[in-house]
Amino acid sequence: MNPISRRKLITMGLAATAGASGLIEANRLARRYGLVPPDSGGFFGPGETLTYACQRLLTARTPAREFPRSMISKNPFANEVAPPKEEFKRLQAGGFRDWRLVVDGTVARPTSFSLADLKSLPIHSQITEVACEEGWSYIAEWIGTPLSGVLRETGVLPQSRYIVYYSIEKGLWESIDMADAMHPYTLLTMGMNDGDLPVPFGGPLRLRVPRQLGYKSLKYVTRITATDDIKKFGKGLGSVDPEYGYAWYAGI
Amino acid sequence: MPFSSENSREWVERRQLTRTDPCYPRRVTTAIEVSKIRAVRHSGLVRVTHWLTLVSFVALLVTGAEIVISHPRFYWGEVGNVNTHPLFTLPIPASRDTVPTGYPYVMPDQNGWSRYLHFQSAWVLVFTALVYGIAGVVSGHFRRNLVPERRDWTWRAYWTRIARYLRREPPDRSEMRSYNLLQRTAYLTVVFILFPLMIWTGLAMSPSFTSAVPAAAALLGGRQSARTLHFFLSWLLLLFLVVHVTMIALSGFGSRMRAMITGYNGDPPEDPEEERL
Ligand code: HEM
Repeated sequence: MNPISRRKLITMGLAATAGASGLIEANRLARRYGLVPPDSGGFFGPGETLTYACQRLLTARTPAREFPRSMISKNPFANEVAPPKEEFKRLQAGGFRDWRLVVDGTVARPTSFSLADLKSLPIHSQITEVACEEGWSYIAEWIGTPLSGVLRETGVLPQSRYIVYYSIEKGLWESIDMADAMHPYTLLTMGMNDGDLPVPFGGPLRLRVPRQLGYKSLKYVTRITATDDIKKFGKGLGSVDPEYGYAWYAGI
Repeated sequence: MPFSSENSREWVERRQLTRTDPCYPRRVTTAIEVSKIRAVRHSGLVRVTHWLTLVSFVALLVTGAEIVISHPRFYWGEVGNVNTHPLFTLPIPASRDTVPTGYPYVMPDQNGWSRYLHFQSAWVLVFTALVYGIAGVVSGHFRRNLVPERRDWTWRAYWTRIARYLRREPPDRSEMRSYNLLQRTAYLTVVFILFPLMIWTGLAMSPSFTSAVPAAAALLGGRQSARTLHFFLSWLLLLFLVVHVTMIALSGFGSRMRAMITGYNGDPPEDPEEERL
């Protein structure tokens, strides 16, 4: 009934071609500038890629939200952790003097740090919020040394694109991109609210990534690996989260 | 009844043709012309964006409910967790055993895909809204069909229309062409108040977005206030949806749906010529 005119057909054809080649080009540029997250495959890939790309363009360098001391939560909620294994109990009995943080991968000088080594580096503190993916949150003061300093100390190589970090808990590992890894608020945290970081909150060593949800702030960190190829780790999705169905990028 | 100006122009041309040539046989109107005369109630753009909105809205609603189950407690201010006093608690079991709910069991955790789908649908909705919003301004759709006519900017006009609903009077002629006052008000509220607030309160919960725009959370009273408002707003939208679909059912589900799908009014006037006079 409504015959489509030839001109309309040609216009539609041109628009479709332009749209398709625009998408291909956008994809190429996004990959080149590191705007594609490791879990960009599959049905939810487009949404994740849009979120991550926008956040990288908008917030690569913005500071985390900070709060006045008066807003520190009186009763922070530690959330559940798995019961500690033998190895952890042994280290805890020794006052964590033998806790080691191994830094390796694409760094010039792979190094193993004790907590005392880390405490001799510049110490920063921040009053930031932990927001859990479930919806709850609390504010605390976090004290430690920026991850960026440790990476510079070990001579992180320019080809590094992600920093992978592991918990003493087997099977728990995360990664962040270099924008977050070198961000001044990304903190190897050893203290909380003027005391040592309590074990339920990730003590003796937790990597705080305050511009992402709580699950990126991994507890009990023992190893950090810089890499230029995130596909080599686990199932190649960037962290253990996508293997459980959760997004790799948790800045939302 | 055309919504689009293109159609009215065509119609005026036809009228002129009829007038200048008294011998022009009115009955010779072809089938195509008739369908064009009774023409468009909803433009293609409104129809496509409307149904995309429905798909993404339903996805957001379902996944939003799924996410809430992991922590069915709400707070006011910046922070809130199981160690602080809730503003209110939903009387439902949770999908986490760390939340005290009074129920002896824990629901399965579906947050992973729910969150992925929630944000993906939010993107679809935002792009749809951008297209709809820009086109609505440029084409004059908002001005013509959503903003109430000047003479209707009185409480009286509202009461008059409500009274007509209560008396179950059929829509009058002007409503064949466009929305009535109450429809306009409801649609304007949804399009320009509820959806923008929904997006704002959603972004206020993003730790990365608020690192760039701290005011997005601070102006609302904090992250937990944003979450609570986001929850209430979704109820308001759900309320709109229920009333919206009820009204469509009452005013003739078949013809309204046909119009929103094909664009054309379901029931053409007996004599299209007369309708315009
Ligand atoms: C089963 C679900 C739905 C059905 C059957 C439905 C049906 C319709 C119909 C038939 C119209 C045209 C009304 C008329 O011509 O008088 C309409 C308009 C509209 N609907 Fe829906 N709708 C649904 C869901 C939604 C949802 C979820 C929203 C948004 C939250 C929504 C927002 C609107 C708006 C804003 C308009 C006016 C559009 C414009 O002209 O710009 N609808 N709907």
